[in-house]
Amino acid sequence: METEKKLKEIGLKILDDIKNGRNPSIEIPVRTLSNIYFDEKFRLIKLGDKIAKRTYLNTAHSRKFMQTLLIAAEAKKIIEQNVTISIRDLYYALKHTIGDTKENTFEEQNESDPIIEDIEAALNVLREQLHLTADRKGYLAGNVLINDSGDIIDCSKMGSSGWAIPSNVEPEVIKFMEINADFVLVVEKDAVWQRLNEDKFWKKQNCILMTGKGQPARGARRLINRLHREFNLPIYVLADADPWGYYMYSVIKQGSINLSFLSDRLGTPDAKYIGLTTSDINKFDISKNVTIKLDENDKKRVKEILNYVWFKPKPWQMELKNMLKTECKLELEALSSKGIKFISDVYLPQKIANKEFLP
Amino acid sequence: METKHKEISISEFFEKNRHLLGYDNKSRALLTVVKECVDNSLDAAEEARILPDIYVKVKEIAPEKFEILVRDNGPGIVRQQIPKVFGKLLYGDKFHRLKQSRGEQGIGVSGAVLYAQLTTGEATEIKSSIGDGKTHYYKIKIDVKKNEPIIIEDKVIEEEKWHGVEVKFIVEGIYREHKQSILEYLKLTAVSNPHAHIIFDSPSGIIEFKRGTENLPKEPKEIKPHLYGVEIGVLTRMLYETRERKIVNFFIKEFTRIGRKTAKQICEKAGIDPNKKPKQLTNDEIRNIVNAVKDVKLLNPPLDCLSPMGEELMESGLKKEFNPEFVSSVTRQPAVYRGWPFQVEAALAYGGSITQSKILRFANRVPLLYQQGECAITKSISEIDWKRYGLENEIEKEPIIILVHVASIWVPFTSESKEAIASYPVIIKEIKLAVQECLRKLSLHLSGKRKIIGMEKRRKLFEKYVDEIANAIEELTGYKKEKVKEMLLKIIERKSTIGEKNGNGEEVEGNRSEDFR
Repeated sequence: METEKKLKEIGLKILDDIKNGRNPSIEIPVRTLSNIYFDEKFRLIKLGDKIAKRTYLNTAHSRKFMQTLLIAAEAKKIIEQNVTISIRDLYYALKHTIGDTKENTFEEQNESDPIIEDIEAALNVLREQLHLTADRKGYLAGNVLINDSGDIIDCSKMGSSGWAIPSNVEPEVIKFMEINADFVLVVEKDAVWQRLNEDKFWKKQNCILMTGKGQPARGARRLINRLHREFNLPIYVLADADPWGYYMYSVIKQGSINLSFLSDRLGTPDAKYIGLTTSDINKFDISKNVTIKLDENDKKRVKEILNYVWFKPKPWQMELKNMLKTECKLELEALSSKGIKFISDVYLPQKIANKEFLP
Repeated sequence: METKHKEISISEFFEKNRHLLGYDNKSRALLTVVKECVDNSLDAAEEARILPDIYVKVKEIAPEKFEILVRDNGPGIVRQQIPKVFGKLLYGDKFHRLKQSRGEQGIGVSGAVLYAQLTTGEATEIKSSIGDGKTHYYKIKIDVKKNEPIIIEDKVIEEEKWHGVEVKFIVEGIYREHKQSILEYLKLTAVSNPHAHIIFDSPSGIIEFKRGTENLPKEPKEIKPHLYGVEIGVLTRMLYETRERKIVNFFIKEFTRIGRKTAKQICEKAGIDPNKKPKQLTNDEIRNIVNAVKDVKLLNPPLDCLSPMGEELMESGLKKEFNPEFVSSVTRQPAVYRGWPFQVEAALAYGGSITQSKILRFANRVPLLYQQGECAITKSISEIDWKRYGLENEIEKEPIIILVHVASIWVPFTSESKEAIASYPVIIKEIKLAVQECLRKLSLHLSGKRKIIGMEKRRKLFEKYVDEIANAIEELTGYKKEKVKEMLLKIIERKSTIGEKNGNGEEVEGNRSEDFR
């Protein structure tokens, strides 16, 4: 069914509630830890079947109910006009003062963004199908030839900046024309990506060098998914040795709790973790001076992650327990203490050659 | 000899110790004069089953010199008694009997006459009629040495047929309208006596306290004393005055709830021959009796002798004078302290025109204005944990008026000026229970009120979004937003008044609503 029609269906269902004197409601899949499960077969985080009714006449829901309808109506309008706007545009288009109150329909963009996801999940449509896009986030460099809406882009000739990954990388927009790479290296931090790009790491190792600039956005995750699925490229992830880096890796691999309904498209279960780990400290003889002591927040997060099903494989349990035992974490930049080019000339080649990965 | 000596000294005693009787300063003295008269008027009217109309006039005739006139429509006083009632201290019909009444000691109104004569030298004028068409007029002073009235004038005057008493004093004083003033006393008297109609012709204008009910309070019954409460002095006097010839019969006849068996038991314990003549008892024997009584199990006094104000009267009194949002009240069952029956009542008024907290203390319907800190009522209330009753602030900051009435045959005051009730544990306990029950009712009222406010808030919250939602639905479906809004408002109206019990949890299937972050 067309997205536009699905949006109208929501309106008609609510109108039916109203005509029959019922408390109007929208059914939305519950997108929290309590309603996700780890699909062992596909090795992905999947959305459970718990549905919450978001109703108008409930003080806890009323505002969100109103906001959900506003976004649904606006989405229908922009689809009809056949334009695409950013989620930030949408926020501003809908933000206004309610009647003679001092309250705005949306106070911050972080109020409207999750509701867009609610609608995606409820209607089983993608953000792009709602004609909404997000900011570009993440960069790519390597021997890749891309057709982006008709323009041909050679990602090996993007200089120091790389190709900026758009929020919509669906095949209708982004087509891979030619790829010459042995693997994809996803780097957590932009600074490290720049270091590796300058070292022409992707050229030397014949790979695609990507960064999501922290937690990768949908575009980057979808791109990783496609590169693996369509070209069978191994995916290696390089992140800080701390619970946040590990979790970022798990999002690339299994998908996220929040977007669990998109795990099929966004997750890449075959991704491997290349580093850093706390065991690297001994293995590469890294000075204790550049390690950081875990704070209480870190420890708490490590303990949480220890319990996630997708961190149950033994190597991860050992790594996490080692982190708690040694009480230290390690940033990617710490490798520079061994020399600026240590990461591209020693660390990564050695790990790749020896296949020293965490699952 | 001894009794005579006491009578002679009482007036002199008063001269020296007038603070004990409520004349310790000029402002309080005015109040005391008015109070003595009004209390008497109310007692007399109640006894004669007349709905009281009382007129009080306070007029400054010279700096710090006042004319006080109190007139009632009571049964009046028979001619022969007028001089003694007004001109002899400790003369009264109330002292020797045991019945719940406002006045007790018989000092009251003659004390006022004495005060007038001590401060201004003026005699007191009394007019009275018992409704026989004759009005007797007296002008009286007191012979302090003899404690006898001096009649300056005595005549029958021509007036329309009426009954009642009118007294006019010329006294020294200061008129104020503060917390412990005549105005406050009359206002509170109107609360505790809603059957009375009181007009106050004050220096700042006429104030009327209208009658709130036509029903007279239940008439208290007179009872004989109970042995538990009797002290040596009283016992000595009773032994002297009794007509009984045998001590055993004296106990049976003069006291309540004493049978032959108990009477004999007391004599036995005190080591006295039951057939001994009461008048022949020695002081040691009398002391032995008082001690023996403590070891004998006595039946409680009859409890139906008291006249509480009643819940309805207390509530109507509070409503009439304070215009509150909520009232509650309770009349406890009678209880006994030291052999005396007493009964506690409490009422509470909250919100409305009330702006600050106040404790109204009453003993036998008389408002107590002084010595608040020493009073059992204040002490009991201070021991209550307010937070348990849904009040948001300290009690002092709440718009709440608490009325407590202690009725008794013999109210245990801490001093002769009768301003504070003594803190017997059983009295404290009864007061607390009464006030707590009123507070429980208030707490129910407050939680109901919060619920209504909650519903109102809910409705407003929902209505706030109605336009936004109607617009969006029109956008999605093409259905006219005006129609949608109209239907939505109806649903809100219905659903925010009923179905409240489901609260916020009603719409989640398979999970709780908290799942929305």
